Amino acid sequence: MYAYILRRLLTIIPTLIIASFIVFSLIRLVPGDVIDMMVSQHDIGDAEVTRATLEKAMGLDKPIYIQFGAWLGKIALHGDFGDSLWKGTAVADEILARAPVTFELGLIALTIGLLLALPIGIYSAIRQDTIGDYIGRTVAILGMAIPAFWLGTMIMVYPASWWGWSPSIKLVPFSEDPIGNLKTFLVPGTVLGFALAGVTMRMTRAMMLEVLRQDYIRTAWAKGLKEKVVILRHALKNSLIPVVTLIGLQVPILVGGTIVIEQIFVLPGMGLLMLEAVNQRDYPIIAGVMLFIGLVVLFVNLMVDMSYGWLDPKVRHK
Amino acid sequence: MPQLLKVRNLQTQFFARDSIVKAVDGVSFDLNEGETLALVGESGCGKSVTAMSILRLIPNPPGKIVGGEIFFQGRDLLKISEDEVRDIRGNDIAMVFQEPMTSLNPSLTIGRQISEPMEVHKGITLKKGLLRAKDLLGKVNIAAPERRIHDYPHQFSGGMRQRAMIAMGLGCNPKLIIADEPTTALDVTVQAQLLELMKNLTREYGTALILITHNLGVVARYADRVNVMYAGRIVEKGTAHEIYDDPRHPYTIGLLKSVPQLDQDVKTRLVPVRGQPPDLSKVPEGCAFYPRCDFATERCRKESPVLETVSGNHEKACWIDVK
Repeated sequence: MYAYILRRLLTIIPTLIIASFIVFSLIRLVPGDVIDMMVSQHDIGDAEVTRATLEKAMGLDKPIYIQFGAWLGKIALHGDFGDSLWKGTAVADEILARAPVTFELGLIALTIGLLLALPIGIYSAIRQDTIGDYIGRTVAILGMAIPAFWLGTMIMVYPASWWGWSPSIKLVPFSEDPIGNLKTFLVPGTVLGFALAGVTMRMTRAMMLEVLRQDYIRTAWAKGLKEKVVILRHALKNSLIPVVTLIGLQVPILVGGTIVIEQIFVLPGMGLLMLEAVNQRDYPIIAGVMLFIGLVVLFVNLMVDMSYGWLDPKVRHK
Repeated sequence: MPQLLKVRNLQTQFFARDSIVKAVDGVSFDLNEGETLALVGESGCGKSVTAMSILRLIPNPPGKIVGGEIFFQGRDLLKISEDEVRDIRGNDIAMVFQEPMTSLNPSLTIGRQISEPMEVHKGITLKKGLLRAKDLLGKVNIAAPERRIHDYPHQFSGGMRQRAMIAMGLGCNPKLIIADEPTTALDVTVQAQLLELMKNLTREYGTALILITHNLGVVARYADRVNVMYAGRIVEKGTAHEIYDDPRHPYTIGLLKSVPQLDQDVKTRLVPVRGQPPDLSKVPEGCAFYPRCDFATERCRKESPVLETVSGNHEKACWIDVK
């Protein structure tokens, strides 16, 4: 088992290097580089400052692969992710300052998504073809069909114009005011979670229906167990494997979602950082954030694979 | 011996989009305490549905028990509440299913699954339940039961799983065990061991047994009484001796002819019952066996035969006096 985990952790490294190289080069191929941005925003009248000197100062004059090698080398040898081209601050500090917001948003979205998806999915399955099932399935379709950015925008705009209410966007640290902090995350978390819930709900329902047809469920009924026990102890665990896989697959989508949602609800997370960095072509920040997100996604995938061992005793004993 | 189970005119039907499948169509039989009754017949003749109906385990929809009475210890199981029938399931009446490979939950330990009915019905803790599970696994001849209760079903062979199922059924000392083709999916050698085990254990505990099978060889050895079913009805019933030595229904005769006998001349060919069992959504008018019967007459085509006494408790549903 430990050998397996180690092997999996080692495969993360080449994956990350390849992914970062792609991001690293692509962002440099986008029309309008960081120098254009700087020139357009500041009136650099000084003729002494030429494009060449700026490029040289920022190390952008060398070929991409050399830049990439230097960037990678600094990370590997010194744990140094470089500095922002605009602010001059360390990329690592920028990310660490923003990551908790994104993590909290993602975690709350995932929790809300699962709290919606699992009970409704299970209910839909055990009351197949009843009105409750139809309502549940409609909710699932809505979750899949309504884009989070649209729903987020609607919630920001309409309640404000109708009732003068709008979701709180003032972010207070969790340590100071946990309730106030959660309140801020509740609406964006629900919007994002709702989108995740749709697919997960359908998968839960489908797997539950599949498992409920199995012989061992009939055995459970024949033992005289209550419905609650049959569903929760006998059926649920056996239907969860594909659901967990799906949740793992949704983590990258979740990350993409946070970028948009943070923008709409003005949450100072990594998404907002990333968006600003892309607009300003702040290459080290973009590369750093991508590396970080990649690491998180790969790590979640590893955890998903390891959870199979808990869910399926056959995997555990191999 | 006192009567344990009395089934009267049981009718269970499955409702498809545009047809009604009469899986069990007016079945009546009795079972005394400690007795072994065999339900015999081809696949799809309604044996399993009869068994599932007794515990009200017919999935609804599409299935439904539309008529009849099932008296268990004097109580009509079809008239009591869902809570009351749940108290009987796994407690007074246990079931052993036909597919040991798929009838155990893959994600729970064997010990847990055996202990479960005792926890629910006898109110014991999981810890005590596991101790009992260990004893029960020993009773069904599984080696090192103290270790085996922590195993998962995939670590058991088919025969061992079926033993575990039997152990699960015995846990609450039921009055009746319904075994639905308990040996069908197993090796022949294991089949004999298991049936022997079930016979000994039911005798030891005084448990009645309904043995559902399509293997008449099994019947002769292990059953006291036999009900032969065809197309959702009982076509002949009697003691194992009567059915074997003096079958009176052409279908029973056909079944017996299709069983190989050790003392037979090796050149003798087995005679299968020709044709296919009828589609239960369109059973022909008259005798359901009529299209496959060698003795059929005009009357068989028009009128459905009813059970009539041959002698004592030996009954048959056939217009013809076949011997």
